[in-house]
Amino acid sequence: MIKVSIKNLNLFYNKVQALKNISLDIEKNEILGVIGPANSGKSSLLRAINRLSENDYARLSGTIILDDTDIFTIPINDLRRRVGLIFATPVVLPGSIHKNMSYGPKLHRRFKGSELDEIIFNALSAANLWKEVKDRLKDSASTLSGGQQQRLCIARTLAMNPEVIMMDEPCSGLDPISTAKIEATMFELKEKYTFILVTNNTKQAARVANKTAFFLAGELIEIDKTEKIFTNPADSRTDGYIRGKFG
Amino acid sequence: MTFRIGPRTNQIIAYSILLLMTLITVVVLFFIIGYVFKNGIGQLSLEFLTDKTRDMGKEGGILPSILGTFFVTIFAIIIATPLGVGSAVYLVEYTKGGLIHRIISFGADCLAGVPSIIFGLFGFIFFVIKLNLGWSIISGGLTLAVMIIPTIIRTTEEAIKAVPHSFREISYSLGGGKLDTILKVVLPTSLPGILTGVILGIGRAVGETAAVIFTAGSSLGIPTSAFSSTRTLAVHFYILAREGISMPKAYATATVLIIIILLVNFIAYRLMHRFMAKYY
Repeated sequence: MIKVSIKNLNLFYNKVQALKNISLDIEKNEILGVIGPANSGKSSLLRAINRLSENDYARLSGTIILDDTDIFTIPINDLRRRVGLIFATPVVLPGSIHKNMSYGPKLHRRFKGSELDEIIFNALSAANLWKEVKDRLKDSASTLSGGQQQRLCIARTLAMNPEVIMMDEPCSGLDPISTAKIEATMFELKEKYTFILVTNNTKQAARVANKTAFFLAGELIEIDKTEKIFTNPADSRTDGYIRGKFG
Repeated sequence: MTFRIGPRTNQIIAYSILLLMTLITVVVLFFIIGYVFKNGIGQLSLEFLTDKTRDMGKEGGILPSILGTFFVTIFAIIIATPLGVGSAVYLVEYTKGGLIHRIISFGADCLAGVPSIIFGLFGFIFFVIKLNLGWSIISGGLTLAVMIIPTIIRTTEEAIKAVPHSFREISYSLGGGKLDTILKVVLPTSLPGILTGVILGIGRAVGETAAVIFTAGSSLGIPTSAFSSTRTLAVHFYILAREGISMPKAYATATVLIIIILLVNFIAYRLMHRFMAKYY
């Protein structure tokens, strides 16, 4: 079943075209890896899907369909609840871990009794962070280590009960152990969510993604099963990038 | 032959000059405070703080002026803070550095540089006479509010601009609207900076004479309502010294004024510190 379907997507910042006629489908409960050198349009793609690009005064054309609905007909707050985005650098909001976790859910509705605590417990557990923070929920979130902060960001997104989780180089600033923890988390969560993982680390795409898309200068060069992309890509540029010849 | 100074000597010279500059500043400050305290602190007593003013200030205490200063300042801050913070939010978050932003910022900067006597004159003509509010706490408070709004706008603007863009993006990406983001992320994060502006405003309001002497008047009675005329501490000090009524009482009043300003700064600093410790 197709979760997100993108057709003929073009995106401009002023006169610079960041995405050129992109069409691709993302299956439900799979991880799509997106690879490509800098300025290839990977982040722009994510920001277009949750319409964050509108804040950058970007101009879009084409369609993005989420579950048979054009995203431009979905109320923007609702869209962003359903499509979460994890940034490259973990950014925790000032305030406690608890406050970080409750910020998103509280924007969308009111909670009674222990309902919110339950959501926070579930989200932190799913992000494999509960054991480390259960006794310090009232502590400032900035006291956590970088890896913990990134898992907090993931938990914060999970607390919104999203359908699609987009990650923009989520491990770029993390050590191998923290990276492994986040990859393990993604694997566990794949059953329930659909992932789009932008990564500069081609090996990471090879490890976790079901399908991989290769972007170059705003164009989608090819998208296929990850094994195919990494063993026998159709395009010689994909092959060159994976072998580290450029980018 | 060229004369060269080695890098080590260079450092020593730079260090000495900077230290000297700092020392001069600090010494001047302490000299002024020390001089006023030396002449005034002997006059201070509980009676001085809690008694009515008698015989034009030659005798008695300064309770009416303490109350007057308190009410006029509070009034000014209550009016100026929401207006100043609101304007700053509008400027930074909604006008995006466009023409309107530049015009209003320029206006605020000009307003901040206007001498306070001009505000006094404006307050007298507009609030006291035109709006018929008379010499009163309201007139004085409104005039001071107009005077400190630019300070609050400017400091709040800088504080809001200093909030990392990423905080806003996080809020948006979690489905927050613009107003949610401003109220729940931007303003709480910039609160220390906003407080700094408000404290600067309080400092200006408490120490102001020219703007209040024309608008709040110089009555020595204990204020009974917002329409009472009142004499603030700074005005009282000015009149005592200028008209040669009593120099010892003038110094005592000045001492109280300085202590109040120091206290306001100290309390605000503590509050800010506690806030920072809690959130960062």
